[in-house]
Amino acid sequence: MRIVVTVKQVPDTAEVRIDEERGTLIREGIPSILNPFDEYALEEAMRWRDELGGTVTVMSMGPPQAEAVLREAVSMGADEAILLSDRAFAGADTWATSHTLAKAVEKMGDVDIVMTGKQAIDGDTAQTGPSIAASLDWPQITFVGFVRELNQDSIIAERYVEGGCEVIRSSLPVLITLLKDANTPRLPSLRGKMKSRKIDIPVWGREDLELPENEVGLDGSPTRVVKITTPEIISNGEMHHGEPEELAKLLVDALLGREAE
Amino acid sequence: MNYYLSEELNDIKEICAEINEKYIIPVRAELDEENRFPREIMKIMAESDLFGIYIPEEFGGSAEVFGGGSVALAVATEELSKACGGVAVSYAANALGAMPILISGSEEQRKKYLPGLASGEKFAAFALTESEAGSDAGGVKTKAVKDGDSYILNGTKQWITNGGEAQIYTVIAQTDPSRGTRGLSAFIVEEGTPGFSYGKKEDKMGIRASSTMELIFEDCRIPALNLIAREGHGFLVAMKTLNKSRPGVAAQAVGIAQGALDEAAKYASERVQFGKRIDSFQGIQFMLADMATQVEAARALVFCTARMIDSGERKYEKESAMAKVFASDVAMKVTTDAVQILGGYGYMKEYPVEKMMRDAKITQIYEGTNQIQRSVIASALIKETAARGK
Repeated sequence: MRIVVTVKQVPDTAEVRIDEERGTLIREGIPSILNPFDEYALEEAMRWRDELGGTVTVMSMGPPQAEAVLREAVSMGADEAILLSDRAFAGADTWATSHTLAKAVEKMGDVDIVMTGKQAIDGDTAQTGPSIAASLDWPQITFVGFVRELNQDSIIAERYVEGGCEVIRSSLPVLITLLKDANTPRLPSLRGKMKSRKIDIPVWGREDLELPENEVGLDGSPTRVVKITTPEIISNGEMHHGEPEELAKLLVDALLGREAE
Repeated sequence: MNYYLSEELNDIKEICAEINEKYIIPVRAELDEENRFPREIMKIMAESDLFGIYIPEEFGGSAEVFGGGSVALAVATEELSKACGGVAVSYAANALGAMPILISGSEEQRKKYLPGLASGEKFAAFALTESEAGSDAGGVKTKAVKDGDSYILNGTKQWITNGGEAQIYTVIAQTDPSRGTRGLSAFIVEEGTPGFSYGKKEDKMGIRASSTMELIFEDCRIPALNLIAREGHGFLVAMKTLNKSRPGVAAQAVGIAQGALDEAAKYASERVQFGKRIDSFQGIQFMLADMATQVEAARALVFCTARMIDSGERKYEKESAMAKVFASDVAMKVTTDAVQILGGYGYMKEYPVEKMMRDAKITQIYEGTNQIQRSVIASALIKETAARGK
């Protein structure tokens, strides 16, 4: 089984603030980490590799510093890593990013399954995974909370959707995006940490992927960010404690805009 | 203090710190309360490759990567002990149990037993103590009688750390009662051997996450091949083992003390009395300063001793005893002071320092009481003085 896990380096925390004037994220002083949802994808990939044999390759598109999260993934047990990095990739939106990642999966060849987190905690778009599948013209199963079965030919996965669970069977190759329900990611091991310092991580650029300039980076991105704002907090919730009768009355009064008696 | 640990040793520290945060700290009070062995945590340590750090590569470990294994073991034990002395000793006691095989075992014995211990698939325990043989190993009553290709063991071992959890036991028994300590021999006994059973599990003051049990041998027949070294060499094997493992107990003591110091310093920075943080009072400041200095001095002694062992020095009995006696006395003092700084809160089980104080006490007692350690140090000193006089 040849498994690819696409991962993203993200700022560590939901506390990232927005520079209101520029409409950009203030990233200074905030350490970068492996996107937590991608850890579930990595763990799932390693579990199936351990059971079926094969390899887990982690792949990330980003600046040279993104190599750090690839090394972290190797310390947790990934077999190999590939970094997609090129000045030409800068400014990519989810379309250009997923198109580039898909090209790299194609270049690797014979990949059976791509796994990734349901979304990244910085952009929260949840688009890159599905878009990689679209670009490869592969089937996809998003929001997977449990992989029931996986073999050389097919997968059966449970997709957790609001208020229910869809059980989906698909042929391979396939792309799946993972939820945190899927597993508990393992800690790095000593052998993994040592390997992660020594491993050679190839860097693939635009030319390696034979991509035209207008399909990568800012030029290849149809999305334009017009403005970024922090939503205004319009009203605060209220918490009341008491007997049901009392609370029901309070609620009705509030809804009708009446002063409580 | 910067000890300039190698990247690999720092890896051990980082992994242990992550295990502390994610797996040990959330459950340590519960393990203590329930007197429960941390099987799940031991499994995670095994997956993180922590059990092989003192075992050579040819037997499935990685000791060479860390320049030996004694410093590596000290780093791991100290870090884990910051969170829980009971979990840490459950880990470190494996090294104690494996040490007789590692130091004095035959090539076959090493090949047979060490890989399983290096992977953490199996646990080990060392069994010397009996009801009438503590500091005085000559009092061992457990007998091993040779019968053809076997030895037959009879007797009871007491207070065995990892008892009931380990699969491989290194046991000291009498093969010639007329010769006292020179009649002792060391054996490997596997769990499940007919005639080998477990007695009561002890209810202890501290390190309650660890398992402490009686081992009972009733006509327990083991292959003669399980004899470690030669008949009559048991005492020597035990002493070599303990000399090498004592820096581990010392590291445990340093970790417990550091854990308590961290709690005390944090509390003192948050607690307000008389309108001020209590760490602004000189009375508290001087206590914290003394605690920090003592912990650092103890750590320095432990690392120096462990480095000495790793560098291949043959004689380190005195230094090993010094590290153990000093670090464990520091642990008792520092944890007691930590409870004092936390005051009434420190005495309550809601805060972790009372447990640390209970955990610290054993480090002054096991693997040779501190009084025995002082005798060891003094006799080495007397010998050195006599040698200089010549």
